[in-house]
Amino acid sequence: MARYIVRRLIWALLMLIAVSGVVFILFYVFPSADPAQLRAGRQANEDQIEAIRESLGLDKSVLEQFWIYLKGVFTPLDLPGTDSTGPLYLGHSYQSNADVKDVIVSDLPATALLVFGAVIIWMAVAIPTGIISAIRQRSLLDRSTMITTLVFISAPVFWLGLVALYLFAQDVGVIPVFPGIGSYATADTFLSKCASMILPWLVLAAATAAIYARYLRSQMIDVMQEDYIRTARAKGLPEKRVIGKHVLRSAITPIVTLLGLDVAVLLAGNAILTETVFNIPGIGAETFNAIKRSDLPMIQGITLFGAFFIVTLNLVVDIVYAYLDPRVRYE
Amino acid sequence: MSAPLLEIDDLRVHFSTDEGVVRAVDGVSLEIAEGEMLGIVGESGSGKSVASLTVLGLTRAANAEITGQISFEGQDLTAMDDEGLRRIRGNGIAMIFQDPLSALHPFYRVGNQLVEAIQVHRDVGDADARARAVELLELVGIPDPGRRMGEYPHELSGGMRQRVMIAMALTNDPRLLIADEPTTALDVTTQAQILRLIERLRRELGMAVIMITHDLGVIAEVADRVMVMYAGEAVEAGTLEQIFYDPQHPYTWGLLGSLTRVDQPRLARLAQIAGQPPSLINPPGGCHFRDRCPHEFAKCTEHPDLERRGGDAGHRDRCWLAPDRKREARVIASTGAIGLEAAKEPAS
Amino acid sequence: MSSLAESGPVPAGAGVGAEGPILVVERLVKHFPIKAGILIDRQIGAVRAVDDVSFSVDRGETLGLVGESGCGKSTLARSILQLIAPTSGSVRFEGREVAGLGRRAARELRADMQMVFQDPYASLNPRKRIAQIIGDPMLLHGIVERGEVKAVVQDLLETVGLNPEHYNRFPHEFSGGQRQRIGIARALGLRPKLIIADEPVSALDVSIQAQIINLLEDLQEEYRLTYVFVAHDLSVVRHVADRIAVMYLGKIVEIGPAEAVYDTPIHPYTEALLSAVPIPDPRANAARRQIVLEGDVPSPADPPAGCRFHTRCPRATDVCSTGEPLLIDHGGGHHAACHHPLDRA
Repeated sequence: MARYIVRRLIWALLMLIAVSGVVFILFYVFPSADPAQLRAGRQANEDQIEAIRESLGLDKSVLEQFWIYLKGVFTPLDLPGTDSTGPLYLGHSYQSNADVKDVIVSDLPATALLVFGAVIIWMAVAIPTGIISAIRQRSLLDRSTMITTLVFISAPVFWLGLVALYLFAQDVGVIPVFPGIGSYATADTFLSKCASMILPWLVLAAATAAIYARYLRSQMIDVMQEDYIRTARAKGLPEKRVIGKHVLRSAITPIVTLLGLDVAVLLAGNAILTETVFNIPGIGAETFNAIKRSDLPMIQGITLFGAFFIVTLNLVVDIVYAYLDPRVRYE
Repeated sequence: MSAPLLEIDDLRVHFSTDEGVVRAVDGVSLEIAEGEMLGIVGESGSGKSVASLTVLGLTRAANAEITGQISFEGQDLTAMDDEGLRRIRGNGIAMIFQDPLSALHPFYRVGNQLVEAIQVHRDVGDADARARAVELLELVGIPDPGRRMGEYPHELSGGMRQRVMIAMALTNDPRLLIADEPTTALDVTTQAQILRLIERLRRELGMAVIMITHDLGVIAEVADRVMVMYAGEAVEAGTLEQIFYDPQHPYTWGLLGSLTRVDQPRLARLAQIAGQPPSLINPPGGCHFRDRCPHEFAKCTEHPDLERRGGDAGHRDRCWLAPDRKREARVIASTGAIGLEAAKEPAS
Repeated sequence: MSSLAESGPVPAGAGVGAEGPILVVERLVKHFPIKAGILIDRQIGAVRAVDDVSFSVDRGETLGLVGESGCGKSTLARSILQLIAPTSGSVRFEGREVAGLGRRAARELRADMQMVFQDPYASLNPRKRIAQIIGDPMLLHGIVERGEVKAVVQDLLETVGLNPEHYNRFPHEFSGGQRQRIGIARALGLRPKLIIADEPVSALDVSIQAQIINLLEDLQEEYRLTYVFVAHDLSVVRHVADRIAVMYLGKIVEIGPAEAVYDTPIHPYTEALLSAVPIPDPRANAARRQIVLEGDVPSPADPPAGCRFHTRCPRATDVCSTGEPLLIDHGGGHHAACHHPLDRA
């Protein structure tokens, strides 16, 4: 097991370096527009642009730039042209001139609160729904649940978000029960922040809960056909224990993989629609703004940061999976 | 004579499916005494597994219609509620299955699976249950049982896994062990070990065994009495000697004739049974075997009951042929070998 | 007595005809590397699936290849057909070296050497019609013209006992036994000289097994086919085979005429293996002495030194754990590799 983890860790590290390389190539070698020009703004003259090019290090060779970039991302060594040092130095925003890392760090809490709250809700809904639908296969309850889930899966998040706001938001809603758009920015306590997140949580969790419930249902149905479930029954185990222990243990294992990757992707900015609709100052909203303004360092920083999240959670998933399924531990 | 341990009377298990009603078991009656080994032989789809699972109530489902009587130690299992049946499973009646790898939960250690089986029926602490589990592993001949307790099923060999399954079945000293093709997935030398083990345990623990198999060789080695199943029903039942040396039903002749033997040079072309087993959704009326039987005659359109016809006491079958005709028709070779239809003698 | 491992002849049929053997396998080895490593895998060992195996098969005969799971019999079968590349050694088919042939040449040869697989469910493409499953390989090898395919396929279906009208059906419309017939028709379509059948009946019910065995025997007679029949069921092999090779942990431990091997086995493993097979005859069963081997087959990744069977052998002595016994002729083409051969009384 220890060997397995070490192996995974080393691979994750290599993966991070590789991802950094890809991001570098995307943003430095094939820029969509001249970064110096973007940075300088519309009224700048040639000399100013040239000066900025020099200050950004864009006059250096690609390899040299890559070295500086890697130094910034992975090491605390001094960097030319800036007082900032790494690790995780991702450049400065063209717009606000803020350190990209600081911006991301300040955006993270909102996104994290959104994502983890939503995870709790969708797992809390999906697991019982999936289990009940699986053991009451083809019943009215199963059929109606599965149709409802289909509705949520099909509904786009921005539409669901708007509907939720018009129904329940305190500012614009028909039944004003939950805090509405922009309430997160004004919330000062953790509890009020949570309250402001209720609608976004529900909206973000709806589709995923539906997908998870269906997935868990089909997993459970598959596992219930397994010989070892028949064995569990033949031993005389009560049905509750057969389902709750023997079936669920096998059925939930692939869901762990799914969950890890979904959380990573959402933290990396994939909650962009929810954050935009509800005006939550998180990573997704930041991405939206950065793209709108061609703020290359911001986009690059968020991309790299997102990739880091995905690689890291992937590692966590692998380790948890090996813990759950003993057959994986021995390659 | 005392009452049998298990008595099944006219058991039928029908499943309604989209294609129609599958008559998986359609008339099975048997009895088994304390300490006896009954062999049930049949091919896939004959209903032998469904019948045995039904004894434990493991075929109960919304689309299953189960009729007939199963009485075990005086209680009617078909009428019993789920909770009552659960108390009998793994307790009075235990079961082992064909593929021990898929029959053990891959995520739990062997020891934990055993302990669970012990604690579900007995109020014992963890330490006592573990001690009992080690004892059971020892009983089924697993070397170094303490270490094996901590291993996962995939770390054991096929034979070891089946021993673990047997140990698990023995936890609560069952009076009846149902073994559903317990050696089919194993190599022949391992099969010999497992058959020996089951035989020894039956003797030592005095439990009755129902051995379900497609292999007449296995039956010949271990069974006291035999039931032959075809298309959901018992077509013949009798003692080991009766079934092998005085078989009454043409399907049994066909099975015996189509066997290859390791101890004899090839005598003749194998006496195959032509065609395929019938559909269980719309089995032919009358005798289920008549489509494949070369000895079919007018009477076969009537459905025969399982009763004593030409055989000795305790020997029952479902074939309309006259006893004399049977004795004549089943001999297929000059050696006196039994089969469905006269076979070509070998050229040389 | 000649020792094979040095230079001696390959164990062949007792009556090698003037034509000579159709298939000669010499010192064939197939090792599957075991790889591990923190970052980059390197080879840390090998599963010695087939380890220095030699034998030959005469034209028109059936060689039965038996052994328990993990003994290497399936790997051997596949290595002969070059479906997996052997690690070393030679496979000669009609005098032509097959091992190490290029893809194209190997494919051509494969028309002459066909395989019938165990699982009639998995070995047929479920999306293809029977006509394609049987006809496509024939077209590929240029055996028939497009215009004649249908007629030829229908002939083949009839030959293997299927209704020729069913040529347009899909595999799922057939039962297990019928599918195995389709697999045989597919192999037969290429007009092979040698058919390697890997457990062709073990997935089938007893009564259906008999049908397929009879079919294979009829076809052998009609087309003068040579079979290598791989199976774990020793009763079935006794029925079909002229000669038997018994494998244990990657080695042939005994090979010879079927009657000799079955009636007077030389190797203790063969004896134990045969005695473990249940006989469907209660009186015969009761009358015989059964040897029950203890323990499990050791791992082929780490086979015992000396004789590979010595860890389970009732006759083993010190020499068995040090010296590897050679496959030597005990007369009449009956070879065995054992330091303490059984009396042939």
